[in-house]
Amino acid sequence: MTDSSTVLIDARGLKKVYGRPGDKAGFTAVDGIDFQVRRGEAFGVLGANGAGKSSTMRMIACVSPVTAGSLRILGYDSGTDGARIRARLGVVPQDDTIDTELTVRENLLIYGRYFGLPWKVLRERSSRLLEFTRLSEKADDAVATLSGGMRRRLTIARALINEPEIVLLDEPTTGLDPQARHLLWERLFQLKQDGVTLLLTTHYMDEAEQLCDRLVVMDAGKIVAEGTPAELIARYTLREVLELRFAPGERQTMTDKCRGLAERMEELPDRLLLSTDNGEETLSAVHRQGVQPLTALVRRSSLEDVFLTLTGRSLLD
Amino acid sequence: MTAMPTGASAEIPLRPGRAWTMVERNLMIYRHTWPVLLAEIFEPMLYLLAFGVGVGLLVGDVPGLGASISYPQFVAPALLATAAMNGAMNETTFNMYGKLTTDKTYESILTTPMSVRSVALGEVFWALVRGAIVATVFLVVVSIFGLANLPEALLVIPSALLIGFAFAAVGLLTVTFLRSWQDFQLIQLVMLPMFLFATTFFPLDVYPRPVQVFVEVLPLYHSVELVRAAFLGTGGNPAVAVIYLAVLGIVALAVAVRRLEDTLRP
Repeated sequence: MTDSSTVLIDARGLKKVYGRPGDKAGFTAVDGIDFQVRRGEAFGVLGANGAGKSSTMRMIACVSPVTAGSLRILGYDSGTDGARIRARLGVVPQDDTIDTELTVRENLLIYGRYFGLPWKVLRERSSRLLEFTRLSEKADDAVATLSGGMRRRLTIARALINEPEIVLLDEPTTGLDPQARHLLWERLFQLKQDGVTLLLTTHYMDEAEQLCDRLVVMDAGKIVAEGTPAELIARYTLREVLELRFAPGERQTMTDKCRGLAERMEELPDRLLLSTDNGEETLSAVHRQGVQPLTALVRRSSLEDVFLTLTGRSLLD
Repeated sequence: MTAMPTGASAEIPLRPGRAWTMVERNLMIYRHTWPVLLAEIFEPMLYLLAFGVGVGLLVGDVPGLGASISYPQFVAPALLATAAMNGAMNETTFNMYGKLTTDKTYESILTTPMSVRSVALGEVFWALVRGAIVATVFLVVVSIFGLANLPEALLVIPSALLIGFAFAAVGLLTVTFLRSWQDFQLIQLVMLPMFLFATTFFPLDVYPRPVQVFVEVLPLYHSVELVRAAFLGTGGNPAVAVIYLAVLGIVALAVAVRRLEDTLRP
């Protein structure tokens, strides 16, 4: 077995600087990152807006040249073999870029033609994919009549027309309602079961925890942590979090009273987070200090807290 | 339900970079919107009716082209050249700008094995297909009215294709410079005077010499010369016009592809 049969994406010292070559004032979006994605994995890239997620995805999709470092995908160099790599990738961009001048089915047919696939194959495949993404009834409708969730599913169907080995998803459920998100997750999970390697960016923690086997956290163009969701939670957070909300006028005094009650405390605009090994005990301690929160909630630590610990910011900032 | 067996794509040979698929896309769209093409054919017909026939009744024959030429015969080839120009320019400026900006059509196309070059060539190719359809229908109609000199006038078709190529490429280059929809006014500012004065409605010798030189530099002037020579069977040497349009098209296309590469693959 060759190396590429296990590691499908291999990035080393990967860097992206926007601006003219030689221009010192260029903007560094990705600042020398290393990571590997193996066959069959669901790999997540987590980060706030502007962390460099989309730029990383665009380089992997071979639509944006690498500024420095090396990026090998499916055993090929992204700089010299872009077309060959793209032939085996499926791309779901952040904004739906469905061809609005075509119907739902025509979108799949024409997209398949860009891969040089024969019409006969495409007719069969597009029907199958419309069924897979639950769009069969919309097959001959104009794209304009689709809901947000349907559009996203069509984009996913389109990304699968060439039966790709890797599917890249840039914030796949951003802007969708909960029901549409769950349907999408279920379909993505099915893809994973079928052996497709998934690489997705997200700023939703529940999405990362549900879908990703392994993930990296990006901040300001760098990878600040890497591991499975459980590993990251164990490494960067305590077991539980106590969330407190206060009346607007009392916030500062209450926050001051809570200092020292937990090993770590994060102040967010709307609430106070206390990291602790035992949330109920900390809550008792809070009450003993005479702190009267409007609401108090004890929950298990999540990836959200990992992100907060690592970057000092909320993901949705 | 099993959805996507992997690795099956290896069985089907990939033919990346095929510009023709862009034409297939456009043909598929035009199955829904073919009346647009009809409008494009009607426009030169209307001009021919209004100016060729209407004004023609007032002015009689046009002197200075060897044999005596009626005014409709003089204007018809120029209108055809203009239709070929406008059709091609509209396709690669107006239509393409929308696909570049609001629709982001090319962004998704370029995540496939398609290259920027094949997309650009494909759109130029489609402009040619459209131009050929418009030119053919126009030729058929004016032939019915006895304005064209068949079979020599069949040379009009390749001439229209060359004009379409040159202006599609110029349009492609222009679109890479556009900053907003307002900039289309600037294009009109060039196109309309060129249409009016590039010997469309009156022969070159009505102008004083300095203006003649200016007109002779215009690409539409050479386009009109080319089509008029074929149309009227007046002969003349079309070499200058052919070389002018071919060079213009090739250079514009080469520069446009490089600029599009920067825009589409940042």
